[in-house]
Amino acid sequence: MSRLEFEGLNVWFGDGPDRVDAVKGATFEVPSGASFGLVGESGSGKSTILRALVGLARHWSGRMAVAEAPVTGFKRSKAFYKDVQMVFQDPYASLHPRQTVDAVLAETLKLHGIGDVENRIEQLLLDVGLGPKFRFRYPHQLSGGQRQRVAIARALAPEPSVILLDEPTSALDVSVQAEVLNLLVDLRKAHQLTYLMVSHDLAVVGHMCERIAVMQAGEIVEIMSVEDMREMKAAHPYTRQLLQASLGYVGEEMHGGA
Amino acid sequence: MSLLDVENLRVTFPTRRGEFEAVRGVSFSLGQERLGIVGESGSGKSMTGRAILRLIRPPGRVEADRMELEGRDLLSMSERDMQRVRGQQISMVMQDPKFSLNPVMRIGAQIIEIYRFHTGASKRAARAKAIEMLEAVSIRDPERVMRAYPHEMSGGMGQRIMIAMMLVTEPKILIADEPTSALDVSVQTQVLQIMDKLVRERGMGLIFISHDLNLVAQFCDRVLIMYAGKIVETCAADKLHEATHPYTRGLLNSLPRLDAPRERLEVLVRDEAWLGETSVSGRQ
Repeated sequence: MSRLEFEGLNVWFGDGPDRVDAVKGATFEVPSGASFGLVGESGSGKSTILRALVGLARHWSGRMAVAEAPVTGFKRSKAFYKDVQMVFQDPYASLHPRQTVDAVLAETLKLHGIGDVENRIEQLLLDVGLGPKFRFRYPHQLSGGQRQRVAIARALAPEPSVILLDEPTSALDVSVQAEVLNLLVDLRKAHQLTYLMVSHDLAVVGHMCERIAVMQAGEIVEIMSVEDMREMKAAHPYTRQLLQASLGYVGEEMHGGA
Repeated sequence: MSLLDVENLRVTFPTRRGEFEAVRGVSFSLGQERLGIVGESGSGKSMTGRAILRLIRPPGRVEADRMELEGRDLLSMSERDMQRVRGQQISMVMQDPKFSLNPVMRIGAQIIEIYRFHTGASKRAARAKAIEMLEAVSIRDPERVMRAYPHEMSGGMGQRIMIAMMLVTEPKILIADEPTSALDVSVQTQVLQIMDKLVRERGMGLIFISHDLNLVAQFCDRVLIMYAGKIVETCAADKLHEATHPYTRGLLNSLPRLDAPRERLEVLVRDEAWLGETSVSGRQ
């Protein structure tokens, strides 16, 4: 069964001459328990797809469905948010600076009508690899990696089946990135989660996802398996260019063949 | 002779809990080369770059046994002389053009101002030079860009404008602090090529500060690896993947790789003993 479906999704901002088409005719599906990656450069529309799904982009057409239930407009039900959660790029901006970890998690649990808050919070903190000593800290007392763990705990709190990951590690150091990526892999296994992940880093998406859609200027130019990507079997020239660039810097002398 | 010679550089900040040393006895020299400084956030790599330009604000302190630009002592220089060094002899490109360009001044005016401050050239000559520089960083329509404000530019354009502005005075040394981490890969390559060309053609010295090990390995000539304010290892950039220090190895192994898939990524285990090691010298 497919957990997420996108069919001919268009998303735009503004109207008249100022209209910007951020996503044009995106079609793909993510099976239950799968991990799907969206890659592309900034402005390619990859984050906009996630934002449209959760109702943060108002103007869209086409079809989006979660567990075969289509979503409409930009208002989502409580049940939707219980099932679909999101982790944002910048852990410095996505946590309330005046709320302790405990307050952040307790509020989420209360919103979704989950009881036994005490034990749940302790369990959530253990799940994301933070001990109970972090419970009453404020965000400024946490490192970037620890903040992202709190953001992940918050996303896990309502026991969703889908987590949308918008560049979850691009603000982190590589050693911390490794810890957070390992955590995400473990959580997916433990909770049978479905991931839809956005990243500009092909190596990160290659590590996390089984299927990958490559986006350019609002369109999906290619959907490929991670195996094909590793073997550089890209059909579209833009994908080849991205893969080439991900291998690192090639100087001019090499272009000239000197 | 090397362009820059630094010996036992220390940057200290007083805090409520005593002194905090951000840079602890770092030594290195820079010739006409691309020198990479890599490390994680908090390793002191940016502080090292700023200390060279004496951009550490009091109560922070910069101390060194030696900090010389072509034999001239930078530490004892007056603030007035230092103004002449900054921008003219040593320039710095920061990570984010959004915070480095003046938002209420046209781009052309900003470049002209810098050029005239350092050279005293006429307005007309400065304008010609600014246009020439924008062309040099592959900006297609320099006349239009000269009239534009920073917010009208994309990130990649902004970064190239920053580089044009920093290079208009033809400095001997360019310190680039994460110059490409806010950019997309395709633009990143362009920006690197511009800096590469300046090193090769004009004999500039480049200090390239980055957290991206792969990029530094491919782009630079020599690399200093920093951890907790010290240099833990130095090596030729193309030998970075053969680095031996456990910290460097840990960083390299924690990167996900397309060509070598793994179930789990290796997690860096930090050893207390690294903090007690003496800083390796990067002088040549």
